[in-house]
Amino acid sequence: MSDVNARIDAEVKSSDVVLFMKGTPQFPMCGFSGQVAQILGYLGVPYKGVNVLEDQEIREGIKAYSNWPTIPQLYVKGEFIGGCDITREMFQAGELQALFEEKGITVKQAS
Amino acid sequence: MTSMAERITSKLESELAPEHLRVIDESHQHQGHGGWREDGETHFRVEVVSSAFAGKSRLERHRLVNAALAQELADRVHALAIVAKAPGEA
Repeated sequence: MSDVNARIDAEVKSSDVVLFMKGTPQFPMCGFSGQVAQILGYLGVPYKGVNVLEDQEIREGIKAYSNWPTIPQLYVKGEFIGGCDITREMFQAGELQALFEEKGITVKQAS
Repeated sequence: MTSMAERITSKLESELAPEHLRVIDESHQHQGHGGWREDGETHFRVEVVSSAFAGKSRLERHRLVNAALAQELADRVHALAIVAKAPGEA
């Protein structure tokens, strides 16, 4: 495993919920990243935001790591869940809430 | 010159044989944002209905679309919003 892959792997597993995004949870720099941050905020799920704009190596490396070409990327318990569209569709269908609960992550608003 | 929307359309048609396909260039909505370029063709939305998606998870469906458009994503497509449905799904 290359250095960057090892770094990404450590980031992905550093927290139950990790969001690779442009900007930070407080200041998203892209609408797609912002939508996912907003959903996680709404559900009251603690998560770690990794700002790919601050690290070119991670920005490129994360795409190869997940075989997914775009940012944002959401990981739960080390597993890649998807990008903005998948996260939003799962949230709207109640599947995201179910996934968190299934993984033992407390969701503030169950609806 | 072939537009990026035409390239995306032809790739998805040959890879997924969709029953329904809509490719929308939304680049103008992202003017000035990251990844935006003066000459456009950076942000797209695709709506695809294909039997290739039947029985597949959202992640698998999106991976199929991403794989079909790998070259376009590498060239200049910065953001790709995907709605992927199997025939008969609402």
